[in-house]
Amino acid sequence: MMRGMTSTVHVDSAPVARSGLPERHGSSSTPRSGVRLESIARSFPSAQGARDVLRGLDLDLPSGEILAVVGPSGCGKSTLLRLVAGLDSPTEGLIRIGGTSIRGTDPRTAVAFQEPRLLPWRTLEHNVALGLPRGTGRREGRERVRELLQLVGLEHAATQRPREVSGGMAQRASLARALARSPEVLLLDEPFGALDALTRLRMQDLLLEIHAAEPTTVLVVTHDVEEALYLADRVLLLRSLLEDPAADSIARTLEVPGARPRDRADRSLAELRVELLAGLGVHSPQPAQPAQPVQPAQPAQPIQPAQTTTEISS
Amino acid sequence: MSVPGSGDALVVDAASAAGRTAEAEALDAARRADGSTGGSAGGGTGRAGADAPSAPRTVWDRTGVRLAAGAVLPLLILLAWQLTTAAELVPAYRLPGPWAVVQAGAELLERGELGLHIAISVQRVLIGFAAGSVVGLAVAAVVGLSRAGDALLNPTLAALRAVPSLAWVPLLILWLQIGEESKITLIAIGAFFPVFTTVAAALRHIDPHLVEAGRCFGLRGWSLFRTIQLPAVVPSVVSGLRLALAQAWLFLVAAELIASSMGLGFILNDSQQTGRVDRILLAIVLLALLGSLTNALLGIAEKKLLRRWT
Repeated sequence: MMRGMTSTVHVDSAPVARSGLPERHGSSSTPRSGVRLESIARSFPSAQGARDVLRGLDLDLPSGEILAVVGPSGCGKSTLLRLVAGLDSPTEGLIRIGGTSIRGTDPRTAVAFQEPRLLPWRTLEHNVALGLPRGTGRREGRERVRELLQLVGLEHAATQRPREVSGGMAQRASLARALARSPEVLLLDEPFGALDALTRLRMQDLLLEIHAAEPTTVLVVTHDVEEALYLADRVLLLRSLLEDPAADSIARTLEVPGARPRDRADRSLAELRVELLAGLGVHSPQPAQPAQPVQPAQPAQPIQPAQTTTEISS
Repeated sequence: MSVPGSGDALVVDAASAAGRTAEAEALDAARRADGSTGGSAGGGTGRAGADAPSAPRTVWDRTGVRLAAGAVLPLLILLAWQLTTAAELVPAYRLPGPWAVVQAGAELLERGELGLHIAISVQRVLIGFAAGSVVGLAVAAVVGLSRAGDALLNPTLAALRAVPSLAWVPLLILWLQIGEESKITLIAIGAFFPVFTTVAAALRHIDPHLVEAGRCFGLRGWSLFRTIQLPAVVPSVVSGLRLALAQAWLFLVAAELIASSMGLGFILNDSQQTGRVDRILLAIVLLALLGSLTNALLGIAEKKLLRRWT
């Protein structure tokens, strides 16, 4: 049981998929792939000529890592995800998955969007089946879909239509659909952004459970700094090129300390949060309690030497 | 043979009025269906539609009451008609009584003519409707799914659509003679445009999020069309078909009025020449009944399809 690893009791420990993960997910038979982005740039034509959304973006995402991408709106974080998904192609640069450069959508990647994007005329199980790799046998496919629905705690809703279920359930079905192809790279575009706060926390734990069982490479775009710090090994902070027309896209990369699942109330995470928010242009006021030693004048100061905070941009 | 304007206009007006109501119904259905599709595609926001307060059920929503209520006005008209003619307020050669119309029908039926006229008209409508709808769907797919198809075909089709139905008649008669082909072609032209217009527009406005999700999961070309684009436009296809059916009846009368030796339109034209108002009324009543019947059958199919595909 993956749950056995943690002694921390979370307020949000959800009844989702606690009934034991299917055997299959315990094995690590699927080949894993990292993602490499080499000097990626993407510009869109506009009335004032080409407008850069991403520029000079180099990134090495090792296999099995969870990377969160945050940044102000318009910084190109969704564009970045769409590039890796093959839904869009870069103006410059190369994207490699497991060493081979991608052309168009790739069967090794799977995407879950902010909206569930389920087909309204299909039941949840048939929606999940849409994600199965081409050429999956009928029986094998049905078995896999059943496993996945169990994994995301939807086995009771298999034959319901998307409009008959809650937003959280639809989003879990969307996640199951993305997992159906056992992706080597899982791309999540603000996957929990439209959910209510409690459901969001549950979904984050579900994602971590799934990742612990089958550690795929995950790239998650989010606007929620808490979520980034709770989920990710590293947080990539992008800057908006509108404000800084000469700089590269990556403002900084932060390593998040501590093994998952993390304590949401962890003090060091709170400090990283202040740092990230400062990077997003949200400056926290000086806290009233003297227990908080963070100086707003030096928000980038790491508190513990063990945390490596790397400044990537020049 | 000349067709005086007044008679022509009368029948075409009656038919187009029937067309208009069917059109309104079909559009209503399309709106309902669009609402539910768009909503559930949006996920969280979609459920708002399901929870939306529906008007409380009243006595007017019961099936029996609805059927009875629908019959009230026809029965009143029938009564007024009967009273008017019985009191001889209008001379019988202008407005024969309801019973005279029934007798005219019985007479034609006995001579074996009425069945033939109805059968040939229904056959023309069905063949023309089927041909026009199939071509309409195919062209709609090209125009709705490809920018190039849209740019190349749409202006021409919009111009052809603007041509009034009767303008085709002389050309069709010269090219295809006064046979079945010219009439069926005219009806097919009539059925083509509603299907083409509704389906092409619907295909152009499919939720791009769903198409993108399909592409993410490796759907391309035909598999994308079959899995996502076609099911997404089923409501529009059905409402297009309902409009097309109404148009088919409209164009049938136009075709038969002008050149035919059989069919309900022929009865109208022939009776006008011979002054048989009872047969004219008979043909109008039959057109109303047949149009409603075919529309109702399509309505049943629509209900089933919408339940499955939205």
